[in-house]
Amino acid sequence: MSNELTLDKPSATPATGEPLLQLSGVKKHFPVMDGLLFKRQVGAVHAVDGIDLDVHANESVGLVGESGCGKSTLGRVVTRLLEPTDGKLTYAGQDITHASRKQLAPIRSEIQMIFQDPYSSLNPRHTVGAIIGAPMEINGINPKGGVQNRVQELLETVGLNPEHYNRFPHEFSGGQRQRIGVARALSLSPKLIVADEPVSALDVSIQAQVVNLLQQLQKDLGIAFLFIAHDLSIVRHFSQRVAVMYLGKIVEIADRKSLYESPRHPYTHALLSAVPEADPDDVRERIRLVGDVPSPINPPTGCRFRTRCWKAQDKCATEEPPLVQLSGNLDGHLTACHFPEDGSTAVPEPRAAKEL
Amino acid sequence: MTTLAKPEEAAADRGGSSSSPFLSVRDLSVRFSTEDGVVRAVDNLSFSVEPGTTLGIVGESGSGKSVTNLAVLGLHNPDSTEITGSIRLAGQELVGAPVRELEKLRGNTMAMIFQDPLTALSPFHTIGKQIGETYRKHTGASKKEARDRAIEMLTKVGIPQPTTRVDDYPHQFSGGMRQRAMIAMSLVCNPKLVIADEPTTALDVTVQAQILDLLKDLQQEMGTAIILITHDLGVVAKTAQDIMVMYAGRAVERGTVREVLKNPQHPYTWGLLSSMPSLTGPVDIPLRPVRGTPPSLINLPTGCPFNPRCDHREQVVGGKCTTERPPLAPETGHATACHLSVGQKQSIFIDQIQPRLG
Ligand SMILES: Nc1ncnc2c1ncn2[C@@H]1O[C@H](COP(=O)(O)OP(=O)(O)O)[C@@H](O)[C@H]1O
Ligand SMILES: Nc1ncnc2c1ncn2[C@@H]1O[C@H](COP(=O)(O)OP(=O)(O)O)[C@@H](O)[C@H]1O
Ligand code: SF4
Ligand SMILES: [Mg+2]
Ligand SMILES: [Mg+2]
Repeated sequence: MSNELTLDKPSATPATGEPLLQLSGVKKHFPVMDGLLFKRQVGAVHAVDGIDLDVHANESVGLVGESGCGKSTLGRVVTRLLEPTDGKLTYAGQDITHASRKQLAPIRSEIQMIFQDPYSSLNPRHTVGAIIGAPMEINGINPKGGVQNRVQELLETVGLNPEHYNRFPHEFSGGQRQRIGVARALSLSPKLIVADEPVSALDVSIQAQVVNLLQQLQKDLGIAFLFIAHDLSIVRHFSQRVAVMYLGKIVEIADRKSLYESPRHPYTHALLSAVPEADPDDVRERIRLVGDVPSPINPPTGCRFRTRCWKAQDKCATEEPPLVQLSGNLDGHLTACHFPEDGSTAVPEPRAAKEL
Repeated sequence: MTTLAKPEEAAADRGGSSSSPFLSVRDLSVRFSTEDGVVRAVDNLSFSVEPGTTLGIVGESGSGKSVTNLAVLGLHNPDSTEITGSIRLAGQELVGAPVRELEKLRGNTMAMIFQDPLTALSPFHTIGKQIGETYRKHTGASKKEARDRAIEMLTKVGIPQPTTRVDDYPHQFSGGMRQRAMIAMSLVCNPKLVIADEPTTALDVTVQAQILDLLKDLQQEMGTAIILITHDLGVVAKTAQDIMVMYAGRAVERGTVREVLKNPQHPYTWGLLSSMPSLTGPVDIPLRPVRGTPPSLINLPTGCPFNPRCDHREQVVGGKCTTERPPLAPETGHATACHLSVGQKQSIFIDQIQPRLG
């Protein structure tokens, strides 16, 4: 990308060293209702169930885990599209846990979201110019040179033809539509972007083009990312730190080298071992997880992974393992497990998880 | 069970021996007439598959993978589709075969596994009924026999408590279990050819690994020939013996998994491999994706269809890339469709591509 990237908005900055975003004990439960006429709550989906997580300026934190583990819900809580059920959400030193629309207005522009589906996330009846310009209109922002000028600048930034601002989404390919989504997210010069599976729907070569674009933007504009994906290789490529979620909780978090080379949580290990590499000489043995992820309405007691874990013992059912730094781990490498792996990526014995 | 060729015989058969292959596709072209013009979805494609082996077909969306396989299954609408060339299954010609003949083969001799099990399973009937009906249709078995067979198949694909789950409806199954149920339905008549179109694309890696294991186990047991369509080269590396890389409706590279993944010789295959980050590769350098986007199949570029996106066409003498279509050569074994000389391909791969694959 040759053109210059511009950030033209002053805003609140966290004190040096302080994280840009801070989650502590964040929960999001969805009520489960029953009854035909008189609805009453009979339970709750524990979609996000006690998350502590910091994201620093300039940093990309990856979030991985099987579908249904709460990644998107967490992303929506961070952007405050959803209000947390419990816990505390701090952005640039301000408590925004329960902030109202009005209170959120000044920071809304600083936290943006990019969605997975470049088809459904763009209104088909609006021109690309209207779509990218909308956040500016809504927030009453009038950039130097006007909205159209800024839109064209953004189109160029994301590698699209600036002349195409009058076209409609269906006139673009999947990769181009995702670029439009990126341009829209950039329109308010955000500090933090929550990217929810931004490349999952794209073909490999287009995926790589968009990953490169996001990486370039991260470097040039110093935007922090919460990068959600189920593709572990892409997350490793894009994020300096990676958190692994299972049933609403973080089970392990570390710098990418530690997490990918010496995972301590059995689930992290199993997940990594299941990734097929395009190398016929890849002889890593796979840990076979049996069964499905349990329901988040009634998560297992103790350690939530225990029903699929080959190391589980009685303690795992009665005591929830805390997310802590184990001896031998680097600073910031936290694991929630009573019987952690030894940190080598060799497959442990016995290999198969217990039958349920 | 019917007698089936053993994998060893199949392996010996590969590589162009004179005996005719189990599935043989020759010069297949599929064209659709549309308002905008003729879509050349598949153009002069040839490949073969042997019993007990898996052919992985890879390529980006729109490259003609599904269209090819729908042609094998005889599922295209004859009014708007022109199919030429030859598709022989165990010696029988399928192109131009009567609709009833193809219907008899589908589900019986050949079966399909889709990406989305909900397109193959009806929400209104129990899993057991659907598996059983397929069985009854092709074997004339009684209802009781069909139910027993359904339970047997559910057991085989690893559904827990098959005797009770047989009466469940598809929505009562998790995604991974539905995929298993569909596989059970596809395999209920012991088909000799299974076409799996992105069977694990919608699944998590852990479940994907379970499903791929399952397919492999069943293949070993029954000697099935499998065509596995995917955009994931990792999946192919773990399951297939042979690979065909498709681009714009044509095969651009073909060979064994080892040949194509360890010693790729076509610029498009290089692009695919360089696009994918690995679990161990360098992280601080940008990926090297193929530039641009795939061409329109109505207005294909002249010459090599990949030429507008290729980084190496300047190295071909005489500008042939834009004027002359490169054939897939050699006839058998590891082959590519590219005008670069054998020596050029090898040295570009060694000097430029291999180092960045890590
Ligand atoms: N609006 C909602 N109402 C009820 N349940 C929900 C809602 N959104 C998500 N869930 C449930 O919360 C859990 C986590 O979902 P999600 O955050 O989408 O997971 P992921 O993005 O990791 O796949 C799932 O069980 C999902 O069904
Ligand atoms: N019935 C049809 N009519 C017209 N065009 C079609 C039809 N089916 C597929 N195509 C086109 O043929 C090309 C190949 O499609 P397909 O085989 O589905 O690709 P893929 O490799 O993703 O499976 C695409 O450009 C698609 O739009
Ligand atoms: S705490 Fe126990 S159940 Fe949980 S992952 Fe560790 S060993 Fe397994
Ligand atoms: Mg999600
Ligand atoms: Mg397809």
